[in-house]
Amino acid sequence: MWKQPAPANSSFNEYNTFPLPQTQRGQSSHAHGPVGHTQQPLVTGTSVLGLKYDKGVMIAADNLASYGSLARFRDIQRLHPLGKHTLLGVAGDMSDFQWLKKELDALLREEDALALTDSHPSLSPKNIYELLSNLFYARRSKMNPVWNAVLVGGWDKVKEESFLAYVDLLGTTYSAPTLATGFGAHLAQPLLREAYEAKAGIDGEGPLLTQEEAEKVLEDCMKVLFYRDARSINKFQIATITSEGVTISDSKSADTYWKFAEGLRGYGAQTQ
Amino acid sequence: MFRNSYDSDNTTFSPQGKLFQVEYALEAVKQGSAAIGMRSKTHAILLTLKRSTGELATYQKKLIRIDDHVGVAIAGLTSDARVLSNFMRQQAMRSRMTYGRAIPVGRIVQSIADRAQTNTQEYGRRPYGVGFLVIGQDETGPHLYEFSPAGTAFEYYAHSIGARSQSAKTYLESNFESFENATLPELINHGLSALNDTLQQDKSLSLKNTSIAIIGPSDSSSDIENIKQSAAAKRGNFRVWENEGVENLLKAWRRSRGEPEDGPQEETTPPTAEQSQSVEGSENAPQGAPAAGTTSEDVTMEE
Repeated sequence: MWKQPAPANSSFNEYNTFPLPQTQRGQSSHAHGPVGHTQQPLVTGTSVLGLKYDKGVMIAADNLASYGSLARFRDIQRLHPLGKHTLLGVAGDMSDFQWLKKELDALLREEDALALTDSHPSLSPKNIYELLSNLFYARRSKMNPVWNAVLVGGWDKVKEESFLAYVDLLGTTYSAPTLATGFGAHLAQPLLREAYEAKAGIDGEGPLLTQEEAEKVLEDCMKVLFYRDARSINKFQIATITSEGVTISDSKSADTYWKFAEGLRGYGAQTQ
Repeated sequence: MFRNSYDSDNTTFSPQGKLFQVEYALEAVKQGSAAIGMRSKTHAILLTLKRSTGELATYQKKLIRIDDHVGVAIAGLTSDARVLSNFMRQQAMRSRMTYGRAIPVGRIVQSIADRAQTNTQEYGRRPYGVGFLVIGQDETGPHLYEFSPAGTAFEYYAHSIGARSQSAKTYLESNFESFENATLPELINHGLSALNDTLQQDKSLSLKNTSIAIIGPSDSSSDIENIKQSAAAKRGNFRVWENEGVENLLKAWRRSRGEPEDGPQEETTPPTAEQSQSVEGSENAPQGAPAAGTTSEDVTMEE
């Protein structure tokens, strides 16, 4: 999913060393010396799924941070709460994600400190999303992108409604009742839409999924992703954001079925 | 040359514990003409007395819009006020652009108070010679703040600054308990009465010298605001009423006091609608007829 730049002197990565250190990087030099920019992600997280349901929003992501194709870190949380009513689900470069967490946490701490004197409500999910959109677009315009795709889920206390929107490293933004990043956009988004529209209709006027139904759909989608996305693992968390606040589930796995694998021929150790 | 030996350096305390330059800056605020601010549960308003620098000049504007939800009244050096209000406009715009959120009122006031404070502590600088009354509304409702060149920002139910503002303060102090639940017309009437108290003996409130700013929904039960003329009034945003725009507000106030609607007749320039030709947006054009007997406080070099 995360585009691998080809080394300058060959048309493909011969020994598949990417993203190990011997891969040539940062070759450009500048009159004022070399300038380091993120030009490729190293440790990455895969799909994030988001779905609106009758009480709020759910966001799901697995616990894997890959190093290239190696499943390197298997206990990483990619769901990050911001204040009481906002949550980020982050795919892409995990070090950029950690930087993003640090910056946003600092901002919200400052908001909380100011609120001690003026009791003004903290930044809403919409406000945080607006900031992220501006940040991602500004950074890509400096040819130094924040290498992530982010789902922002939240509860708008003023409008009494849920919030779900997407922003990525190109500064692309959109919003929909069901969202997915990366591979999930191909594999899970159709399933999420199917389930959402089955009740709400294509205009979204009908009733929304219940908590149980939404959770079931997300677990099914995570299973499909585990089956077909080689950068995923069967260990994921689901966050729910409602008027009550944010809750993040413990890690769980989907029941998988592998019996059919015995019948497969052409892979592995069998000798015909 | 100097009134005392602690005058030359604004960052040095006098043995009495005073920073004289800061005290003089507060004097500059007192020289400016009066501004009054008030707040109810639903509205915040400003009322100011405008002065003109000469018989051929316009009356100097004292109300500045910062954003849809914030505006200020100034007293003191107009040029310093422009520096600070431009900074406030930048802050307001920055908040709207980065967060899509109208900046909370207390924070924008604190931002200029912090700037003013550095001027009282760093060598080679001078304090601002202007005081603000700031009204605004945010997610926590309407607000009224006072900013002073000493670097302070306090929130008030009602407050006044500028020349003879003590008389207005006396009025506000004896009436403020009714402000909280007052309607917009009641609030304005109280404000005009307070403003009236700052006038010299032979002066009265007129279309030319009175301007009023309002934040909060317009009052549908009265015709004091010309909603058709102001999109801001329709939306409850910051709007300024002056010249002809303030006529209905003044008339309603005089009626509430049982005075003739058109004001005192012996006034130097009877402020009838025909005579004041200026319309919104052309305040910089000199007004039609110069006031016949305009003297003393109406004409000064300040503001």
